[in-house]
Amino acid sequence: MGILDSKVPAGPLAEKWTNHKNNIDLVNPANKRNIDIIVVGTGLAGGSAAATLAELGYNVKTFCYQDSPRRAHSIAAQGGINAAKNYQGDGDSNYRLFYDTVKGGDYRSREANVYRLAEVSANIIDQCVAQGVPFAREYGGLLDNRSFGGVLVSRTFYAKGQTGQQLLLGAYSAMNRQINRGKIKSFTRHEMMDLVKVDGKARGIIARNLVTGEIERHSAHAVVLATGGYGNVFFLSTNAMGSNVMAAWRAHRKGAFFANPCYTQIHPTCIPVSGEHQSKLTLMSESLRNDGRIWVPKRLEDAKAIREGKMTPLQLKEEDRDYYLERRYPAFGNLVPRDVASRAAKERCDAGFGVNKTGEAVYLDFASAIERYGKEKALIAGLNNADKNTITTLGKAVVEAKYGNLFQMYEKIVDENPYETPMMIYPAVHYTMGGLWVDYNLQTTIAGCYAAGEANFSDHGANRLGASALMQGLADGYFVLPYTIGNYLSKDIRTGPIPTDSAEFDEAEKEVRDRLSKLMSGSGLHSVDYYHKKLGKIMWNKCGMSRNAEHLQEAIDEISALRADFWENVKIPGSIEGINQELEKAGRVADFLELGELFAKDALTRNESCGGHFREEYQTPEGEALRDDKNFKFVSAWEYKGAPKDAVLHKEELIYENIELKTRSYK
Amino acid sequence: MKLSLKVWRQKDAKSKGAMVDYSLEGVEGDMSFLEMLDVLNEQLIDNGEEPVVFDHDCREGICGSCSLQINGEPHGPDRLVTTCQLHMRKFNDGDTIVIEPFRAKSFPVLKDLIVDRSAFDRIQQAGGYISVNTSGNTVDANATPIDKHAADEAMDAATCIGCGACVAACKNASAMLFTSAKVSQYALLPQGQVEATQRVQSMVRQMDLEGFGNCTNTGACEIECPKGISLENIARMNREYFSANLKG
Amino acid sequence: MSALIKSSLARKMVMALSGLFLVFFLGQHFVINITSVIAPDTFNSWSHFMGHNPLVQFLLQPILIAGVVIHFVMGFTLELQNRAARGVKYVSYKGSANASWVSRNMLISGGVILAFIALHFYDFWLPEITHKYIESHPEDPTRYYAETVHKFEPIWRTVLYIIAFVLLALHLLHGFASSFQTMGINNKYSSAIQTFTKIYAIVIPFGFALIAIYHHLNPITH
Repeated sequence: MGILDSKVPAGPLAEKWTNHKNNIDLVNPANKRNIDIIVVGTGLAGGSAAATLAELGYNVKTFCYQDSPRRAHSIAAQGGINAAKNYQGDGDSNYRLFYDTVKGGDYRSREANVYRLAEVSANIIDQCVAQGVPFAREYGGLLDNRSFGGVLVSRTFYAKGQTGQQLLLGAYSAMNRQINRGKIKSFTRHEMMDLVKVDGKARGIIARNLVTGEIERHSAHAVVLATGGYGNVFFLSTNAMGSNVMAAWRAHRKGAFFANPCYTQIHPTCIPVSGEHQSKLTLMSESLRNDGRIWVPKRLEDAKAIREGKMTPLQLKEEDRDYYLERRYPAFGNLVPRDVASRAAKERCDAGFGVNKTGEAVYLDFASAIERYGKEKALIAGLNNADKNTITTLGKAVVEAKYGNLFQMYEKIVDENPYETPMMIYPAVHYTMGGLWVDYNLQTTIAGCYAAGEANFSDHGANRLGASALMQGLADGYFVLPYTIGNYLSKDIRTGPIPTDSAEFDEAEKEVRDRLSKLMSGSGLHSVDYYHKKLGKIMWNKCGMSRNAEHLQEAIDEISALRADFWENVKIPGSIEGINQELEKAGRVADFLELGELFAKDALTRNESCGGHFREEYQTPEGEALRDDKNFKFVSAWEYKGAPKDAVLHKEELIYENIELKTRSYK
Repeated sequence: MKLSLKVWRQKDAKSKGAMVDYSLEGVEGDMSFLEMLDVLNEQLIDNGEEPVVFDHDCREGICGSCSLQINGEPHGPDRLVTTCQLHMRKFNDGDTIVIEPFRAKSFPVLKDLIVDRSAFDRIQQAGGYISVNTSGNTVDANATPIDKHAADEAMDAATCIGCGACVAACKNASAMLFTSAKVSQYALLPQGQVEATQRVQSMVRQMDLEGFGNCTNTGACEIECPKGISLENIARMNREYFSANLKG
Repeated sequence: MSALIKSSLARKMVMALSGLFLVFFLGQHFVINITSVIAPDTFNSWSHFMGHNPLVQFLLQPILIAGVVIHFVMGFTLELQNRAARGVKYVSYKGSANASWVSRNMLISGGVILAFIALHFYDFWLPEITHKYIESHPEDPTRYYAETVHKFEPIWRTVLYIIAFVLLALHLLHGFASSFQTMGINNKYSSAIQTFTKIYAIVIPFGFALIAIYHHLNPITH
């Protein structure tokens, strides 16, 4: 086990969490008033954690770089949130959600954490409904569900295509209640620049006020990082423009191990890249795969004609289309997990069947869904011999009710009507399963420093199932962290306020100031975006959907060289004072330039294919991933030792006592 | 295409700002409006000038960060989109585009096109929540069936992204649409009933304290709202407010 | 209570209620006036009633005047607040893109109506008060018709009245419907209410204008 102690409680799987809660130390309410907690990030995990911690009585300070907590990128999640409620009576249970998640993650997650996640999932829905989250309902007034990729039950709760928004606004409202009570102090337009450790414990942060440029010291008895994922290391991703790894990476540099950086989720249904100017990618909810059928032309010449604009997809007859997911995976069809769907799209496009100008797009077609729904509606309306037009009109109305806002968004971006012509989609970086290593209590390898939500390496193993990110963020924030952090803080009831004038704070502030001045003193050859785009290209081409040893080694060398160039030549106009968005970006890109290299190194070390990590050297003759449980059934946790190339690998062996490891098959 | 831009530049909250002219080439129809501004900024950085700062984050129309008054309209001429989803194909070669920050006394400019919209946060903090303990020990989610129609209407109100376009569009800089959307969401759900009286009074009081103007029912907010929040919400808030005050 | 009076919603409500009251008064005024075209004797007797019934004179008339004053004072107060709420003006503001001219310019139409009311008071109310209470003439219940028709002999007054009625129509086009929204009525009946208010907003001022034109064209020749 080495130095990594996952602190998983003993006992049967289903009782671990209850037993643990019964046995951890609590802080008496009077003492909670004397304890401060910093929460960085106000998305689902951070917002819900802050609200609950404040509710319990702690003094909470929240930090976010946006102008309001409500803008955190959790807001962009569309499809839904899983919960083992079994409202549909289709055989769902805590165990099945647990099992699906472990299997979906390609057996690279910690059993006890995942089970706990499944266990508290139902509570999340109860909590959110009580908070006034307007989930979709059936005519009977009860909650509606839909199905998502990689599972055989309907357990996904949703609020139109804006589930993340509604859940985040729920957490934000819970925060607002505590702000109104004076229990949360919200610092907006503030960015965490470094973690401050005193006697080996996380005791505060250095933050930059993004409006005035002032460097501020904030102390606390514990620090929670809920700062999201690092998908923007690819430059183009579905993350928000400001999403970054700075907080997590600063903690990593101070001693928090970084786990599984190479586990990245490439989401199969995004709007394809349209040109060089592209600044970010837009996701189309996975729920679309419930009704859309994915295809490319069967013949290369047809694909070529379509790319050149000589042919439209509608001209292609049914038998000339290759519904490759239905062909390859008859059991799950278009609802295979994300990693599988993404790789299959890449495989077809690499083989020359791509359908847009760049050759990097496949079709997501709703024609048959429109026809199916139309016929159903016609029958209900008593129209036994409805003509094709009537059926299409009725069908379109059903599709519009289900996905109207997504279709509208697609039309605005692509300028094509997806009701008439099939959508074009292509995979894009969406979520990072890797993150700060945490134990069962969500504590990192730094005492008093916790990580929640996407920022930790979490419960998703090597691949995350759809609608599970929202579940994990809220589970961590509402129901896990508030308990487990008490165990740590119970030892701090006599500590008193942490002073910010200590030598440790002095030093941390000085480091931050030095780093900012160094960034500002670049020779001024290239803008920050220039470097970010270059990094993104390296990552996408060599550490993207499929990887090989040769490319990964090249990536390591190139990123390392790019980093040196960046520090030498970056150009940042303006000054350290006041609003300086280029300086903000530069600080974030500087950390991506370190993380990117560790990412490639991690991918190079993992000589197997699992989940989102696909190594070309390790595949079956049919092109399916080849996992190596004998040698790689562990979590890679990297210790910072200066340059990323010197990082030291620690392994947390994964122990499966309740699930039999199998080859993941969706055929 | 080639564009002439007139952009509001202002050093900081205390300085006086002014419109500055820029000309920009190589703009493509597939670019979003913000990507067009990215191109402008690259050009400015190359010339050793400070780039134009503007709020933006998700760039997919949901976070509510982006906030520009484009040719006299919040989020530009297209309907039901935020600035990040406004595409340059809506403009023509040779166009002049005027870009200003959202204007309201309650939204002070911080720099260039960035405004401070924390007034919205304070309105929410005044009562935009249901006071339920976050322990998770509430009743089962299906214990209270909710009429689908009411739930859908609550959802429609809840889709507000808090961007401030309603205030920017309103000739009175009124925040009624924003405030009423939140009041409505809770007013339509049984869970929101318990605190309904207190909520609407507190939120309206805060809205007035922030210095927003008064609604004169011009309907500009509804037209410009990127999420299509309906004026019905304002009527509902008025009802809620008066019945709350009648109750005392 | 003082908090309520200061609240923007309460002030809007005051605008809506006083406006509705004035709209109702307009209808009643119109009904009396139209008799001057179709039945001068009825016009005389109704006018006599309105001018001498103590309830009308000493209760309803002050209420009406108060309504007018409140509506205008509140309107101007809100307008001042609204202007202050913008702060720095837009260089480019395209109000026509999202709202009708009438809804954006209630101040202009209201201002014209206020000027008209001043003229109207000067024309009718002041002479009436002087006649009744200052000079204390004996009452002649048949004098009203002739006095009214006589007023519309000069073309300038008729034209001024017509202009005012046009602006009144514009004011009502937005204001009448808007008052329902302020009172919280926006539901399935709204489109019917809208239609009714639009018709009312055009028919009543148009009718007033027709009456003015009719009397101008048909002077009493002795």
